[in-house]
Amino acid sequence: MIVTESLSKRYPRVTALDRLSVDIAPGVTGLVGANGAGKSTLIKILLGLAPATEGTAHVLGLDVTKDGSTIRERVGYMPEHDCLPPDVSATEFVVHMARMSGLPPTAARERTADTLRHVGLYEERYRPIGGYSTGMKQRVKLAQALVHDPQLVFLDEPTNGLDPVGRDEMLGLIRRVHTDFGISVLVTSHLLGELERTCDHVVVIDGGKLLRSSATDEFTQVTTSLAVEVTDTDTHPDGTEALRAALVSAGAAVSTDAAGAASVVSSGHLLYVEAPGEETYDLVRDTVAGLGLGLIRMEQRRHRIAEVFSTADAAAGTPATVPATAGAPGAPHATQDGGAHDAA
Amino acid sequence: MPPETTTSAPAAAPNVIHNIGYRHYDGPRLGRAYARRSLFSQSVRGSYGLGRSAKSKVLPMLLFGVMSLTAGILVAVTMFTHAKSLPVEYTRFAIYLQAVIALYLAAQAPQSVSRDLRFKTVPLYFSRPIERSDYVAAKFAAMAGALFILTSVPLLILYAGALLAKLDFLDQTKGLAQGLVCVALLSLLFGGIGLVVSALTPRRGFGVAAVIAVLTVPYGAVSAIQGIAFVQGKEAAVGWLGLFSPVTLIDGVQSAFLGGTSSFPNGLAPSTAAGFVYLLVTLGVIAGCYALLSLRYRKAGL
Repeated sequence: MIVTESLSKRYPRVTALDRLSVDIAPGVTGLVGANGAGKSTLIKILLGLAPATEGTAHVLGLDVTKDGSTIRERVGYMPEHDCLPPDVSATEFVVHMARMSGLPPTAARERTADTLRHVGLYEERYRPIGGYSTGMKQRVKLAQALVHDPQLVFLDEPTNGLDPVGRDEMLGLIRRVHTDFGISVLVTSHLLGELERTCDHVVVIDGGKLLRSSATDEFTQVTTSLAVEVTDTDTHPDGTEALRAALVSAGAAVSTDAAGAASVVSSGHLLYVEAPGEETYDLVRDTVAGLGLGLIRMEQRRHRIAEVFSTADAAAGTPATVPATAGAPGAPHATQDGGAHDAA
Repeated sequence: MPPETTTSAPAAAPNVIHNIGYRHYDGPRLGRAYARRSLFSQSVRGSYGLGRSAKSKVLPMLLFGVMSLTAGILVAVTMFTHAKSLPVEYTRFAIYLQAVIALYLAAQAPQSVSRDLRFKTVPLYFSRPIERSDYVAAKFAAMAGALFILTSVPLLILYAGALLAKLDFLDQTKGLAQGLVCVALLSLLFGGIGLVVSALTPRRGFGVAAVIAVLTVPYGAVSAIQGIAFVQGKEAAVGWLGLFSPVTLIDGVQSAFLGGTSSFPNGLAPSTAAGFVYLLVTLGVIAGCYALLSLRYRKAGL
């Protein structure tokens, strides 16, 4: 689908891409990187809109420098930022965009109706876009990228600004774009956690360099950790500590410090439990119940780039079981990105 | 994993929208030239508020009405007074109604380009088969086209009226042809200026004000200085001063080549030599506007 060969893009002051070589197969591919890692620059080059400083790139077997126009006819692009005029209806707008992709007027209308239905916009599509919620706007943006039935779509941060439910819906939709529509997807995000559920393959770039490219299962092999918060009771004035002691004696790996997240304020009340398998959930539940504590929450902490960076820096062969701490080399980008908590 | 959606909905419940699944498109893809034409027609329609909200139709349609109604009134006057000629020359009609044209341009040029910049729709265009040059060409042609519709329809009304009033056919046809050439030039010139000015700002309000200022301030200044020069007897200067504002530029061209009289003080027209300079400057400004727009969009987007 996409092949780049030592692709570089240098601006006068920054190097956006540094000899990047990737080979992306059909399917859903996640492109992960901190802000400024070069994700958008890569998409720009792949669309044939910006010349690469050196190296070559092919999309759908076409050279981006020579066949930009043909490539853009066969791929869709959903930008990261808002791009919708508020005073026209979704139908009107998507029809126009379909025609801009070369669809004849009648086909443009039919495809628009189909696509808007597939992304989940019904009666509201006749209303001006200005009155839409963020979730609906994201759907319109996705629809305009799909309306000409491309072979491949680039989705730049499609879950930006969505609430957890909207995020899940959008991720489900992206998955469907491949499974039901048969369109390959390249989706960018700075949250690895949401991509691991959606993508077949994940490419991690940082500072324009390829950090890691592997199938999603390899990422998920790394143990997930659970964040647990409990109440205090009269018998256990410090419930968190009591639970920790009980869990440790039961043989679970527990820490009170989130991996690389010094910013977690409630760190004192949160326990992070390594969950190698399903049984850990039961263990936590039984232990909490045994102590007579109230379980406020138990949630999966998704991996953040911090962990990928540190695991990628650690010897490539050994699968890291314990998420490294913030001080690990390679983490500076992640710390600025530390605010990007996975809300899901 | 997302739950399996109703790809095959059970046909039990009524009032259910059945998901008929995704259908691929295997029809023709008409490519770049078609996309450019689509952008052109969408922009021309947009300039008259078609395909947009009812509110945005009001002003363009009102101004179009004013232009046509004025022509209609002139025709009526000609008919009832049994005049030997129309009260205005074809080439001067647009000059008389320049305020209306300026208002139209000020409202629609920002609508055409500032909107795309402001709502960042431009990157969407460039992620499609068209190139940047296509975008500029389509927008330029559309703005000039919309102005041409605004200015040529009243001329056609005048012409039809003149023929109905049994004025000389040859005279009127020649006048109409000259008038159409004049408004074509005017449309290109005004359209170009309007787009360049409004492409500089994503803010529509600024765009409106700037376009009005660019069209009226130089005109006011040039007219005033021409008046002063005329009073002081420097009649040669009057002709040259007209080079410095869009309206007088067109006025100069039409009075030198298209058989009209100018609205310069005392109807002084530029000499033929000066007329060529006027024409050159006009064409130069049009080309310059086009080049500036291309430059503007070379970097814009994404």
